[in-house]
Amino acid sequence: MKKSKLFLVSLTSIITVLLLSGCENNMVVFNPEGPIARQILELINFSIALLLLVTVVVFGLFAFIVWKYRERKDNLDYEPPEEHGSTALEIIWTVIPILIIVALTIPTVKTIYAIDEIPKGYEDKKPLVINVTSADWKWIFSYPEQGIETVNYVNIPEDRPIDFKLTSAGTMQSFWVPALGGQKYSMAHAETQLYLVADNPGSFVGRNTNFNGQGYAGMEFEVLSQTQEDFDQWIKDVKETAPKMTLEEYEKMLEPSHFGRKTFSNSHLEWVDHSDPHSKNYTNPELYDRGHGWPGKIFEDKNNYKYKNTDSNNSETMNQKDSEAEDPNGGGHSGH
Amino acid sequence: MGIKWDEFFVTGDPLIFASQIGIALSLVGAIAGITYFKKWNYLWTEWLTTVDHKKIGIMYILLGVVMFFRGGVDGLMMKSQTAVPENEFLNAQHYNEVFTTHGVIMILFVAMPLLIGLMNFAVPLQIGARDVAFPQLNALSFWLTASAAALFNLSFIIGGSPDAGWTSYFPLAGKEFSPGIGNNFYAVALQIAGAGTLMTGINFIVTVLKMRTKGMTLMKMPMFTWTSFITSIIIVASFPIFTVALALMTFDRTFGAHFFTISGGGMDMLWANLFWLWGHPEVYIVVLPAFGMLSDIISTFARKTLFGYKSMVVSIVLISVLSMLVWVHHFFTMGNNAAVNSFFSITTMAIAIPTGVKVFNWLFTMRKGRIKFTTSMLWALAFVPNFVIGGVTGVMLAMAAADYQYHNTLFLVAHFHYVLIPGVVFPIFAGLYYWWPKMFGYMLNEKIGKWHFWLFVIGFNVTFMPMFFLGLDGAVRRAYTYSAETGFGPLMLLSAVGSIILAAGFAALVYNIYWSARHADRNIGNDPWDARTLEWATASPVQQYNFASLPEVTKLDAFWHMKKNNELQPLSEDEVEEIHLPSNTWIPIYMGAVFGISGFLLVFEWTIAAGIAALGIFVGLAFRSFDYDEGFHVHKDEISETERKWRKGGNKGVKNHVS
Repeated sequence: MKKSKLFLVSLTSIITVLLLSGCENNMVVFNPEGPIARQILELINFSIALLLLVTVVVFGLFAFIVWKYRERKDNLDYEPPEEHGSTALEIIWTVIPILIIVALTIPTVKTIYAIDEIPKGYEDKKPLVINVTSADWKWIFSYPEQGIETVNYVNIPEDRPIDFKLTSAGTMQSFWVPALGGQKYSMAHAETQLYLVADNPGSFVGRNTNFNGQGYAGMEFEVLSQTQEDFDQWIKDVKETAPKMTLEEYEKMLEPSHFGRKTFSNSHLEWVDHSDPHSKNYTNPELYDRGHGWPGKIFEDKNNYKYKNTDSNNSETMNQKDSEAEDPNGGGHSGH
Repeated sequence: MGIKWDEFFVTGDPLIFASQIGIALSLVGAIAGITYFKKWNYLWTEWLTTVDHKKIGIMYILLGVVMFFRGGVDGLMMKSQTAVPENEFLNAQHYNEVFTTHGVIMILFVAMPLLIGLMNFAVPLQIGARDVAFPQLNALSFWLTASAAALFNLSFIIGGSPDAGWTSYFPLAGKEFSPGIGNNFYAVALQIAGAGTLMTGINFIVTVLKMRTKGMTLMKMPMFTWTSFITSIIIVASFPIFTVALALMTFDRTFGAHFFTISGGGMDMLWANLFWLWGHPEVYIVVLPAFGMLSDIISTFARKTLFGYKSMVVSIVLISVLSMLVWVHHFFTMGNNAAVNSFFSITTMAIAIPTGVKVFNWLFTMRKGRIKFTTSMLWALAFVPNFVIGGVTGVMLAMAAADYQYHNTLFLVAHFHYVLIPGVVFPIFAGLYYWWPKMFGYMLNEKIGKWHFWLFVIGFNVTFMPMFFLGLDGAVRRAYTYSAETGFGPLMLLSAVGSIILAAGFAALVYNIYWSARHADRNIGNDPWDARTLEWATASPVQQYNFASLPEVTKLDAFWHMKKNNELQPLSEDEVEEIHLPSNTWIPIYMGAVFGISGFLLVFEWTIAAGIAALGIFVGLAFRSFDYDEGFHVHKDEISETERKWRKGGNKGVKNHVS
């Protein structure tokens, strides 16, 4: 018995210490670098404080009851009373949880609505639109207004809301930069949207959190926040020095693979916008060999880019200029 | 035949190769052993063809414990892989298969069989019935579950394991991104197991509604019976959704349909919705019976009736209703609008209210009681603080805005292990220690039981507590490795150490079963815990027909009041009547085999062969239709003899062995 109490006390104190120390430690969620992450953290801290109180009360009551009413050598002839309940007590412990839930609900709903919008204080700043396309197993960032594209890293100006428009070329991913804010799924033939703002220049880790196969663990990217001048200079440099991507290169890029950073002075949005429900598919089932086991049937997809008899923008032999001219979604398309 | 055997068998991994040899040898060994000891007949007549709810319950429990070993080994492999950064023990593909099978097996082939096993064993006894409403259907449920478990477990040595996570999200789980047959094992095996579970649900609804003994109104039922009843209703409400989802998955994967694919207008989000429309109620399907067991066990060992019985019943009904209204909280981050996320945040948090009521009722059941620290009670007690941690982190996750930072991280993984291990596994252990004497006529050893308890509880906390903090630091679930710069290393290692302690706890349980089967005292009477409900009014182990004469109930905690009021009279000769019982049947195990074979062929996409094999199902149905066996009668002499034997020592039996 002594052991169990000791264990409980130590468990409680470990949790308390760890949770409290959480507020000043270096865990990424507790060190927000932007207003959205900060809003979420305020909600998290509020919930931790309230729920910690609940936990301590329940643990205390539990320890007290278990200790006080334990069977001892001297109470073996004690026969507990018949007791069926107490309406008053039961109402109390129904009402108190309801109050706690209401107390948690109000800030939760407020925050849910708040993080869907451009954060307060940034409304007057025009958001920078960045189209994010996830593919197996890389992140493609297109700047429609600047007409450039980066892979596996994204540079953003500080103090300016970034309007990330998310879609996927294949499997479902989840786009997460914990230092700046929450995550959102990216899905093929659909578009989701997420605002993030960085307070200061700095480098932050971003990654996919939604499991999508063998390359999942390495599906990370860097978010580099810069001053507006540095950012403008970077855009200028990219436009001047970065190579142009060809359609062939892009199609190759959508095959399941890992690679480092890439930078292009054009963008794949001129050929395809994967968030368009009618866009071509870029699936390569034969490249997803697991290395062992029985292979199943693979089904033809008439809407795949490799299917030669449909229109031009899925033909690998077609040169880039032609596709550009014929693609209705081409040019500085910025999603819907 | 053009079968490529190197693709048929999973090759190229020494671990798997060793398992293949190990499995082959143990199969040969088991067959040889049974033959040598001439046990085939015993096995066939006593177990494989039985329709007795008690034996079916025990077979479910055996299946659950064996699967626990398999799922546990998967867990240990994951923990050893992530113990240090950039470990190369498992590659990505292997790790993906391991966490997928770990999740599926732990939920569907460990939690479910163990709970349904305990339900099978205890519910008919608690309501004073001689069996469930449909004994043969009950056997069929078991054999379908067992056959599905066998099929699913085969995958890692034959054909390749599923590798898209236990949630099997599309489009990843579709042919476009997983062309191997691994995920067919998921679709087909779970379909078969689900059919078995659905039948169990129907069976127990009817059993509880129609088979209660005289005087046992709904509000006099033991809490475990209540929760089993509500669970059965949730099963019947939610499993058909899974059945449909899995059928659509099978069409997609086997016949090239486009329900969930990215091509052809498929909708991957539809799978997520259908899956969780079943998946969330499934959490309550496993948690509610566990709550019921805790209620009965806490009440027994505190020697007090359950505090707030009525509010307990209202709570479980509320939980069951809410369980169908929260599924979207599994994907707050799918881009739902703020109103949808707010709604599902509120419904999810609302579940904390009835759950909180239950926790306080349990605490107040113990208040003014006399708490006896048996191993069974220790598990029930450990439930409270550990589950509270799972519960409050659940409320944190329910806050959609905050979930944007927790989703798919190890914080989430820690949370659901803190719900499912204290909320399901602890109560299952409590139930096993509690009902073991009733099942087998001897107790599990209390001393080894305490080793089991402390190792498991400490190991569990050391394994999963660090994951909360890892998650808040940005560590995601299902990643087979991480770099040293992330700084996850130390806590990951701590977590891995914890999993070894956890495994040692499980080993103590297995040793306890072995030790107690060999050495435990057989003279324990029929009521070793001084318990309160009707199952303890039978012999230990329970006689084939459960009750010589059906008891009449006037109060909640019927057996307790019978003892208090000295209503337990020795059975008089003229009370004894012949008892009608159902006969054994070969049809359920045959059906299990046919479903298994036909499912196996379907997994390999040999659809014509699978169709032909499936004809065997109709053969079984035909035999069942023309089965005129009316069962058999147990004779008066036999009943009198059996009853005399166990009632010898009067009603007192042997007093409590636990000190």
